Amino acid sequence: MVSGQGRKGSSPWPLVTSLTTPLPILAPLLQYFISGLTNGAIYALIALGFGIIFNTTTIINFAQGEFVMLGALCAISIYHLTPSLPLAFLGGVIIVSLVGLAFERLALRPVGEASPLTLIIITVGAGVFFKGVAMLLWGKESYTLPPFSGEAPLHLGPATILPQNLWILGLTLVLVLALEAFFRLTLRGKAMRACAYNPRAARLVGIAASRMVQFSFALSALLGAGAGILIAPLTLGVYDMGTILGLKGFAAAIIGGLGSLLGGVLGGLLLGLAESFTCGLISSGYRDAVAFLLLLVVLFLRPRGLLGGRQ
Amino acid sequence: MNFARPWNRWVLFALVALAIAAGLDNEYYFTLLNFIGIYTLLVVGLNLLLGYAGQISLGHAAFFGLGAYTSGILTATCGVNPWLALLAGLALSGSAAVLIGVPALKLRGYYLAMATLGFGIIVSIILNQAQPLTGGPSGLSGIPPLSLAGFPLNTARRLYPLIWLAVGVILALSANLVDSRAGRALRALHDSEAAAASLGVDTARLKLKIFVWSALYASLAGSLYAHSLNFIAPASFGFMFSIKLVAMVVLGGMASIWGSLLGAGVLTVLPELLSVFHDFEMVIFGAILMVVMIFLPRGLVRGLLDLREFRQYKRKGRFPGFLGPGA
Amino acid sequence: MMSSPSSQTLLELQEVSLAFGGLQAVERLSLRVNRGAVKAIIGPNGAGKTTLFHLVSGYLAPQQGRVLLNGEEIQGLPAHAIARRGVARTFQLVQLFDQMTVLENAMVGRHRLSRAGLLAGALQLPRTRAEEREIRARAMEVLEFVGLDSRAHQSAAVLPLGLKRLLELARALAMAPTLLLLDEPASGLDGAETERLQEMILDLKARGLTTLLVEHDMGLTMEVADEIAVLNYGRLIAEGQPRAIQKNPEVIAAYLGTDWQA
Repeated sequence: MVSGQGRKGSSPWPLVTSLTTPLPILAPLLQYFISGLTNGAIYALIALGFGIIFNTTTIINFAQGEFVMLGALCAISIYHLTPSLPLAFLGGVIIVSLVGLAFERLALRPVGEASPLTLIIITVGAGVFFKGVAMLLWGKESYTLPPFSGEAPLHLGPATILPQNLWILGLTLVLVLALEAFFRLTLRGKAMRACAYNPRAARLVGIAASRMVQFSFALSALLGAGAGILIAPLTLGVYDMGTILGLKGFAAAIIGGLGSLLGGVLGGLLLGLAESFTCGLISSGYRDAVAFLLLLVVLFLRPRGLLGGRQ
Repeated sequence: MNFARPWNRWVLFALVALAIAAGLDNEYYFTLLNFIGIYTLLVVGLNLLLGYAGQISLGHAAFFGLGAYTSGILTATCGVNPWLALLAGLALSGSAAVLIGVPALKLRGYYLAMATLGFGIIVSIILNQAQPLTGGPSGLSGIPPLSLAGFPLNTARRLYPLIWLAVGVILALSANLVDSRAGRALRALHDSEAAAASLGVDTARLKLKIFVWSALYASLAGSLYAHSLNFIAPASFGFMFSIKLVAMVVLGGMASIWGSLLGAGVLTVLPELLSVFHDFEMVIFGAILMVVMIFLPRGLVRGLLDLREFRQYKRKGRFPGFLGPGA
Repeated sequence: MMSSPSSQTLLELQEVSLAFGGLQAVERLSLRVNRGAVKAIIGPNGAGKTTLFHLVSGYLAPQQGRVLLNGEEIQGLPAHAIARRGVARTFQLVQLFDQMTVLENAMVGRHRLSRAGLLAGALQLPRTRAEEREIRARAMEVLEFVGLDSRAHQSAAVLPLGLKRLLELARALAMAPTLLLLDEPASGLDGAETERLQEMILDLKARGLTTLLVEHDMGLTMEVADEIAVLNYGRLIAEGQPRAIQKNPEVIAAYLGTDWQA
């Protein structure tokens, strides 16, 4: 999932080159920084998915990672049918949004307001279920999706970045800004936040809470699927890619603060950077542990996270 | 299971266990029964923490792994006596439980679940990565069997009495515990932490104690597991197994000692029965989790009994009384 | 208005203050409760009465001031530590242990007076079993006192509200407390039940128990209280004998608004 070392050509970033050339140690650091950001952007998208559902329902959706996986695999299948990336992207997110809606309707609505344990088990069970279905439909093989705009790496001084990574960063930024605007400025967005604070009061002022909940699941599934399709060209689509991504995305959400969408993004980026630097400077085997170590540190020292304000 | 006096239950338990031992001849069945026994140890411990005290732990497999690997490493690599290694495993798991429990148990609900999850995954990663010590992803083999007075317990049939004796003892101790002063304090903690504290229950300390207690059960199970398979691999001690344990608790019935046995039994035997449907294992497991939590959140036994009472009420208009507390 | 401190004083609050964000819940509150007395705390909703209870029982710690029990400073101690010093309480919204029976609820009340821990409970040695019999016997006694002994093995969850409050009281009494905090014990009770509660409070007083009572039911309050303290906006606005409080114009104004004349 990392921008590879490509051919060294003339650099379009002379400033960066001149800064890093005298200090060779900075060159790999820059690479870690870039790959950290791009991985972090993916975690941010997944964290956003958690945050949206949490903000509307105070439910933690442990199946979020599987939306990522389903998005990737659905898009890949659609691409094999009609080699059109935009269509595959659109198809993927739409299908998974529908899955998200079905999930909410069939598995969560019947239990109403249940204890955290019940909800955890239901969503974890759903995650396992989706993974099992994916395994039946797509088997255990990995599938590829072509990158959105070619494979030729770009050079940023001594570091390289793949165009796909730029897509990831760019789309994540756009999505985050759009979501922040939506939740802060639009009536519907505020209505959704109201639902999380106090569903009964929200209903009393005319907000159809169940609609909001449905919408939040569809939106989260959409974001997850989008994240999956964005990374599929880099990491390949395979039935079990969702589990660890979901858990890391959740860790990112907690690090940033569950109630804050911006916090989720920050948490994701922080996580990506921490992983990247650990992987590069210390050891790559323990890469996955970084997320959970950071998670424990945050939970033990400041449970509400970096930007979280809700209890 | 409503015997008037608890002794009747244990006699029955011992008789059934002995009858099985005498009647069966197949090594495979003994292996299966040993697994059920080992998982029962795990599930009872988790049930005390999760069902009775109401503390969510999604990383319980870590203590199972710590016990298994301590026993495995000390016996296979260092030639330590298996029984001493078992005690060492208990000490290590207990200490880990204190270390992680003190900060984690200050959290509630999702946050506690995530902290235990994080801990479980970190342990799992360490088991995978510390290759020179643990053998890495391909596992640790050559674990010697346990021996009793020189008699090696190297077949499933020979291990069966030891494992089920342990199960019997643990079930008895746990059943005693939940009906005692400490057990009431645990259940009080679950129902209303504020009220429990107002009656003098040191809730923080009690949570930690039961967390350690359940970790010790898990460590014991791990050591027995290592010596019965003679081979362990990190994959058995990961997040999915922690979830499977929670499923066993929930299925059998939270806050039910015998339910732990049921849950462990069902979720061990079922995959074997359905081994034809091996490919469908995840789909079925996920579906079971969802269906049970949606329709029978109190577990199989209570759920079905509730259902029967509800139907009685509808038919005869009899008001459904609540069942008294049962083990 | 305030009597001078003496060995008569069981509980004392000195200039206790607590604010939540911008809201001053309790402001420089000073109060004394004499041993063996029944003192009622009254005041409009939001006056800080339950906050006062939380401060005494240890749920909250004051930002300023001291809370003294038998001359010992207890502010800042955790709730269970204060409970172990003989302070029992009931809650505004009944907090029973729903998954246990009536008898088991009462038995938890004996927690601080018994010792068996996890290991002892698991092993059930003779000494532990003897202690358990003792716990059960004392728990039955308090249930008899409140009249719930016939329902000992019923699930606490199915009791009607009046009996739930009674059970919560029994559970608190099982602690053999020296100070009992009752938070709106008559709330939701009918006339007969309130009468019974009244008798019980007076009976307990006769046995030497000190009671601090938050109540809205004026009839009950006038019958049982030796002294009444009136709170409004977190401040003590009046304190004294029941009759005098009834006629106090500031108290009347607090309840009914300043447009009313006595």
